Amino acid sequence: MAEPTITLNVTRYRPGQDQAPTSQRYTIPYKNDWVVLDALNYIKDQLDGTLSYRWSCRMGVCGSCGMMVNGVPKLTCAAFLRDYQQQEIRVEPLTNFPVIRDLVIDMSDFMDKLKSVKPWIIRKTEKPLSEGEYLQSPAELEAYQQFTQCINCMLCYAACPVYGLEPDFIGPAAIALGYRYNMDSRDEGKDLRKDILTGHDGVWQCTFVGECTEVCPKHVDPAAAIQRTKVDAAKDWFTSYLLPWGQK
Amino acid sequence: MQHASRLNVTPTKNIEPLWWGLFSAGGVVAAFLVPIHIGIFGFAVPLGWITDTGLLYRHWLVKIYLFVLISLPLYHWAHRFYFAVNDMRLGVPRKPLAIFCYGGAVVGTVAAALVLLMV
Repeated sequence: MAEPTITLNVTRYRPGQDQAPTSQRYTIPYKNDWVVLDALNYIKDQLDGTLSYRWSCRMGVCGSCGMMVNGVPKLTCAAFLRDYQQQEIRVEPLTNFPVIRDLVIDMSDFMDKLKSVKPWIIRKTEKPLSEGEYLQSPAELEAYQQFTQCINCMLCYAACPVYGLEPDFIGPAAIALGYRYNMDSRDEGKDLRKDILTGHDGVWQCTFVGECTEVCPKHVDPAAAIQRTKVDAAKDWFTSYLLPWGQK
Repeated sequence: MQHASRLNVTPTKNIEPLWWGLFSAGGVVAAFLVPIHIGIFGFAVPLGWITDTGLLYRHWLVKIYLFVLISLPLYHWAHRFYFAVNDMRLGVPRKPLAIFCYGGAVVGTVAAALVLLMV
């Protein structure tokens, strides 16, 4: 009996050689326990060494193997071939990003935005080491823990129609991470993140489509972080204008 | 490939929180009060459960309720419509669209207040 096969229709783009992205079909053996990344590795090792794509950990931790699989942003290390019942699977680079080569996208815009929300603990004054660690109650941990799961895979940016239309929007993951540090009881940097999170390109651009949360492979809920940041900012706005003792 | 950083850190004192706050409140009002309203005017009155319909708009509490019910969802519409038209890339210039949407909601709010004060 012939070995079962499956075809991958992969986007190719070789700068300096191709005017525009094209696609190339590769027929490979079908294995029940293979993920799309295994299939790409088979192509690279056995059929076409020129195919370029990013990957590292193979286990949904590093966040580098995000691609569009049949039009949906996925970590290819977690997208099993068996879940795609058709004979052909389409693999494309993440949408909304410039393509460097084949399936490799340019992530510098995201990196700038990520940095802009200062995703680290900011203290006005550090307490001396002799006073020990900063303790947190389980409830204080719970307030932000979910958002620490973000692996910066950018699937939410590929899924976000607002980011597609308004490239200046700082986007779901950056806002979720800004929110994560704002909610951390050890952090005192909320004011420093305010201008970027609730400024012109911040949360107000979001129209609550919710696809970011839908595609997140780590079950982070960026849409919730964005809406809660909006509520916070609206409360600040109303108190600063309507209450004379409110913070100006 | 070089990417110039285009991050726009405009200070927070923009008017966006006001419109979003009204939009958000309007959504809540529409979701919670409209079903009640349909219950009253769609069922209770036609079925004769409420006979003194004058009570339904003369009492000042009812007037406040009607004012909230009419005005806040207008801001919900304004905000959603403004962003929907922008997102659909219909080529409508933003400023006139904003004036039409948010201005329309303000006009509707004032009109609702006047009518309710007069009846």
